[in-house]
Amino acid sequence: MTALAQLTPRRRTTDRVMRVVLAIGTAIALIPLIAVIYYLLSKGLGAWSIDLFTKDPTGNFLGDQGGIKSALLGTIEMVALASAIAIPFGWGVALYLVEYGRKGRFASTVRYFVDVMTGVPSIVFGLFVYATLVLSGWGGSSFSGWKGSVALALLMLPVVTRSAEVVLLLVPDALREAALALGTPRWRVTLRVVLPTALPGLITGSLLAVARAAGETAPLLFTAAAVNGTTFNLGERMNSLPVQIYNDVQSPSDALVQRAWGSALALVTLILLTTLVARLASRRSRLS
Amino acid sequence: MTDPDTKTMTDDPRTPSSSSDGGDAGAAVPRAPMPTRSATSGAVSTATDREVLTAAPGISVTGLDAFYGSGHAIKDVSIEYVPNKVTAMIGPSGSGKSTVLRCLNRMHEEIPGARATGTVMLDTDDIYGSSVDVVAVRRAIGMVFQKPNPFPTMSIFDNVAAGLKLNGIKGVDLKERVEQSLRGASLWEEVKDRLNEPGIGLSGGQQQRLCIARTIAVEPQVILMDEPCSALDPIATLKIEELISDLKQRFTIVIVTHNMQQAARVADTTAFFLAGELIEHAPTSDVFTNPSDSRTEEYVTGKFG
Repeated sequence: MTALAQLTPRRRTTDRVMRVVLAIGTAIALIPLIAVIYYLLSKGLGAWSIDLFTKDPTGNFLGDQGGIKSALLGTIEMVALASAIAIPFGWGVALYLVEYGRKGRFASTVRYFVDVMTGVPSIVFGLFVYATLVLSGWGGSSFSGWKGSVALALLMLPVVTRSAEVVLLLVPDALREAALALGTPRWRVTLRVVLPTALPGLITGSLLAVARAAGETAPLLFTAAAVNGTTFNLGERMNSLPVQIYNDVQSPSDALVQRAWGSALALVTLILLTTLVARLASRRSRLS
Repeated sequence: MTDPDTKTMTDDPRTPSSSSDGGDAGAAVPRAPMPTRSATSGAVSTATDREVLTAAPGISVTGLDAFYGSGHAIKDVSIEYVPNKVTAMIGPSGSGKSTVLRCLNRMHEEIPGARATGTVMLDTDDIYGSSVDVVAVRRAIGMVFQKPNPFPTMSIFDNVAAGLKLNGIKGVDLKERVEQSLRGASLWEEVKDRLNEPGIGLSGGQQQRLCIARTIAVEPQVILMDEPCSALDPIATLKIEELISDLKQRFTIVIVTHNMQQAARVADTTAFFLAGELIEHAPTSDVFTNPSDSRTEEYVTGKFG
């Protein structure tokens, strides 16, 4: 006779059953993910060709329909400009919230609105830019690439801010104190100790926001609109992958639907690459 | 050999604080003449030569009260920290000893809601004077923390040089200063071949000595230590304690400790705090063998705390 309680058969059975239930749940959750990747690869890869990436869409319904060069480049250009706007502002807001505003009333208010902004549907940002910049014909043209970028930047800003804030909060206060105790002014502590320590995490968070922006259709539909030709002028209408997919997939032409799959695969690949870079950056992080 | 560097360095932290807020306005603070300090620095290369003493200023605290929000953490504390001596502050948790320590270089200001009143004089300068730059205070009064906190993004070399680099102090031979500081923290022999490796790769005890090296690299006059050994094993602790005895040749040292044996080993005088009040401050041997207050006696004999 030992004093230790015996493992009853009932406990054993419950344990087994629960493990199986959890495993099945995980498998079910994976099914849609795998299905999406499977469809993308099987339908998209067939549409990939040199022409797809080197030719602009022609707009023809029959005959030569062209590729998606303008959409691919347009997405990259607009997302790049959007990032150039949203990332510095987002990091700046996060730095203010963590290093200076802290628990103050103003900082709490800002934090609350950033949270609200995170939940705003992307089409609302598109509408906002449409109402303020597009309708008024700001900058000489109605629809233009940079207005699409502004819509995307608005969408990215709360995501960048929130992720940057979380990362900055992870920087141990002990490091700030160490630097302050060496007689370092606060702004230098922020610039030379806090930022470098948090940098890998900041990059990761921002790239995830970039990846999200790259896949957005709604903010671009009525800001950058759509156009066939490639342009490097952000003041003109600009094509983008999500809008191209949106237009192609509605067409009754099988070839265009096929092109939509190819574009979708290209878009996912682009996002995958961004996420991969984000992963590599976070691996260099020295924060736990 | 170190003269030119030392000169540009040491006149820096004092300039703003010797401004015209106190009665002795503008009076140059009496401090070690440069050659003495250089002699010490030079002597570091022959690590055994420790007779040379660099006169550091003391700190004198009068009527210090400190608050966290509405909590009254320190009640009317007056205490003298004698130049070139080690003063230990002991007391149970929450007795206010760490708060007093942080008030000595205004680090308590980094805690939201904390404030302090009273006078803290570094020699003849009131560190709370209205025209005193807090940055200058902290350069003159350095601090070593409870947990070793080297900068994770920096190499061993950069960690030691951090105080100089962060503050953009020019005209110092960084290599030489880093070597001096690492020797001063008894760490040079262990790390001289891997100065470019990250500082967080060192052991806990080495990291703490790295932090001490980082602190002395900016050549402060006083070093505050907040339970510097509480995260270390006994051997690493012993090394730090030996180091403290060396460092008092050049600095005035204030150390907060939970370990009464440690206070007995390293401190010249010991101050006992209880519930925000200074109960007793006397030569260490008196505090431990012949305390004048019964509460001190109860604490050092282990009856409470």
